Amino acid sequence: MPTVSMTVNGRSAAGEVEGRTLLVEFLREHLRLTGTHVGCDTSQCGACVVHVNGKSVKSCTLLAVQAEGAEVTTIEGLAQNGELHPMQAAFKEHHGLQCGFCTPGMVMSAVDLLNTNAHPSETEIRDWLEGNICRCTGYHNIVKAIQAVAQGQGG
Amino acid sequence: MAKDTDTGADTGYMGGDKELKWVGTRPPRPDGVDKVTGRAKFGADFYVPGMLIGKVLRSPHPHALIKSIDTSKAEALTGVKAVLTRDDFGDRSSEFVPAGEMMVNYRDIVRNVMAREKALYEGHAVAAVAATSNAIAKQALKLIEVDYEPLPHVIDAVEAMKPDAPLLHEDMITDGVEPAPTKPSNVAKRVEFTIGDVEAGFAAADVVIERAFDTSPVHQAYIEPHACVASVSEDGQAELWTTTQGHYVARAHCARLLDMDISKIRVTASEIGGGFGGKTVVYLEPLALGLSRKACQPVKMVMSRDEVFRASGPTSGAHMKIKVGATKDGKITAGQAELIYQAGAFQGSPVQPGAMCAFAPYDLENVKVVGWDVVTNRPKVAAYRAPGAPISEYAVECVIDELAKRLGIDPIDLRLANAAKEGTRAAYGPKFGPIGLVESLEQAKAHPHYQAPLGPNQGRGVASGFWFNIGGETCASLIVNEDGTAALTLGTPDIGGSRASLCMMAAEELGIEYDRVRPIIADTASLGYTFLTGGSRATFSSGLAVIEAARDVVRQLCERAAKIWEIPTDAVEWADGTAKPAGANAGDFEPMSLAAIAAIAGKTGGPVVGHAQINAQGAAPSFGTHLVDVEVDRETGRVTVLRYTVLQDAGKAIHPAYVEGQFQGGAVQGIGWALNEEYIYGPDGKLENAGFLDYRIPVASDVPMIDTVIVEVPNPRHPYGVRGVGETPIIPPMAAIANAIENALGIRFTELPMSPPRVLKAIDEMAAAE
Ligand code: FES
Ligand code: FES
Repeated sequence: MPTVSMTVNGRSAAGEVEGRTLLVEFLREHLRLTGTHVGCDTSQCGACVVHVNGKSVKSCTLLAVQAEGAEVTTIEGLAQNGELHPMQAAFKEHHGLQCGFCTPGMVMSAVDLLNTNAHPSETEIRDWLEGNICRCTGYHNIVKAIQAVAQGQGG
Repeated sequence: MAKDTDTGADTGYMGGDKELKWVGTRPPRPDGVDKVTGRAKFGADFYVPGMLIGKVLRSPHPHALIKSIDTSKAEALTGVKAVLTRDDFGDRSSEFVPAGEMMVNYRDIVRNVMAREKALYEGHAVAAVAATSNAIAKQALKLIEVDYEPLPHVIDAVEAMKPDAPLLHEDMITDGVEPAPTKPSNVAKRVEFTIGDVEAGFAAADVVIERAFDTSPVHQAYIEPHACVASVSEDGQAELWTTTQGHYVARAHCARLLDMDISKIRVTASEIGGGFGGKTVVYLEPLALGLSRKACQPVKMVMSRDEVFRASGPTSGAHMKIKVGATKDGKITAGQAELIYQAGAFQGSPVQPGAMCAFAPYDLENVKVVGWDVVTNRPKVAAYRAPGAPISEYAVECVIDELAKRLGIDPIDLRLANAAKEGTRAAYGPKFGPIGLVESLEQAKAHPHYQAPLGPNQGRGVASGFWFNIGGETCASLIVNEDGTAALTLGTPDIGGSRASLCMMAAEELGIEYDRVRPIIADTASLGYTFLTGGSRATFSSGLAVIEAARDVVRQLCERAAKIWEIPTDAVEWADGTAKPAGANAGDFEPMSLAAIAAIAGKTGGPVVGHAQINAQGAAPSFGTHLVDVEVDRETGRVTVLRYTVLQDAGKAIHPAYVEGQFQGGAVQGIGWALNEEYIYGPDGKLENAGFLDYRIPVASDVPMIDTVIVEVPNPRHPYGVRGVGETPIIPPMAAIANAIENALGIRFTELPMSPPRVLKAIDEMAAAE
């Protein structure tokens, strides 16, 4: 079995994986980083979004071996020094979740959006989130939470 | 204040003038940090040492006799630790038990979790294996040899009712028909709700409108697939971790299906990634327990999305005929409905609640609703948010709109003229107490949305909705810690923020800070039986239990203070979060806070723990009205929702942000139901769109902000006036959108979903006709 090594949440992580092991499986099964969720088999739901080299990626669309040497950040690695990332704080304060299953992927996507476009319009936020499905909230408070961070009034 | 004998609690409404510190505010939820940091453990997030992976073999046929199953090759494969088939489950006799607002029958569940004589739908479980790895489990499934004899299948409910239709259950005699049919059929049941005389009502009408409607089955589509871990030891003690709306209900089902004592199964509810009714039943849990029992090793099972679509949940599709008559001045004289709901492979569609709800928003003298529960070769339906009601009320609300247009009356005015109110007798029996339909309609009419100008190809629609809401068996414990904080032990899994609302009620009653109350959802061995989260009952029923437990705590705190002060207990009152000497002793002693009494509880009698075990009564219905503006693209047939407003009676919103969240989420699920979602079957009886690519649920760019107005007509049988709110919001959207499209195009759609191809076809046909 090939070995794979990468940096996950700032720490080096390595393991033996089968060639077909997906990045999401490596994160969940090998590293037990279960904050990255799996909601579908067809790369639609976005519950599995992580950052690979700073960009949001659906971790079910990537083989673990494709992330060889990469910097991976999962939802568990977003808070720094005991402080929630402003996007995490905003989702919490603005009630941007109900069941919370979509939340890790939503937060990771939203962080990348604001890295890419610091002041997105509501339409730009909604278009960006097309790859992240939420069945509970109707997206209202998710969009509000992201707007709050963009306007510098996060959590 | 009324004493509620059913609960033993003082559960009457306290009146709106009491100043509230927490109830009605919007604090962050107790589980908020866990949910935004990935700490929260959902169904698939449990790992136990030595855990096996369980997988299910599913029928490729929509309908087939299972002549034999040979598992020997699979069992011989290295790494396979257990295989399960129908032979591992004893048969069960016909017996209905409640599950949410629906009933389930063990004779059917045992056949649904594992096919017995026949496979009844594509995706029906036929065998299960547990192996040391995913890959070995998958390989083992391929080694199981099932000898099927394919049978003709039937997917459509109307087809299934025909005398020569393929028969799913050879012994199914239609219930509710006099005299009982002599021959079996696919019609499980007939229900009827009648008041007055509809023929006389229609005779008195100036206008009668009659229309037929069709809806497609839609899936709850919670984003978290079903998942569980089971661990059974050599002496038969079982642990089950599962994502469920009701872990006590899951325990009961598993015990029955596996012949186990209830005391031997301890179920822990994981965090739940959405349910909407679809996680009130068991699929994987009995299989995981059965496999673990055979292997004596823990077994984890997780469904793929494909399996979720093919083998769990959806709600019924339906065929309906609606007839409504009214006088020229807008008095509805009669309403009649015939509802055919497909149940999937086993009886138990929500046609009964659908029939009860159909005309419930209206104060009518003459109503006749007949419903049929019909089995077809599809997955067995499960509850979906207000099960049954969105379907029948969609059809009725479309006809009401057409009636308003025909009579030249504003659709809100027509509804107001006929609206159910306090004292109205519903066709299904009871008289309504105070309800908020009229208020929701009046506020809709006064809302700026209703007056806003519309552009070309745009239309506005309105529709109302009704749902009962339920109570039921519930426990809660409230533990006062030595430092004056409190632990709240609950039995209803929290899907949408109920922990926050319940802690708020505890804090309110105790007079302590909200963040000093820490909630947990107890496992089934740690708290008494509590019915599931469903029927919009969690905040209502667990709320009543929490209030009673808190009042139990207050009673004990007063006793302790009395002991300390050496005065009679009834000379102590609880006010502003402190025990105070009252009556003749008023002012004699310094008031003692909860924390002060807790600190010395050891010296006054030991720990202070409040408890409640109730059968919550007095759930009150919730009515709502929705407004929607749409724009239709005449080139593509695509309908865009431009503006949406939900106005609904919450009784009293404990946590308004979570009430609004229910309104918003329900409305958007309804938008999906109206415009895109449907199960599509090929002529081979196989589901063609078992994934989020082709089963299209709304994404963020499909919907606008959802405006909300919380109407508050207090429930007189709850201290704070709470009504359930979670289900009503999914009822009005389909009709509201159909009415808006009619308003935009002049075309009345009578079939869901109103997807682009269908809309385009109708536009082209209209153009051709002109
Ligand atoms: S798990 Fe659904 S997109 Fe990755
Ligand atoms: S909060 Fe449940 S899926 Fe988004």
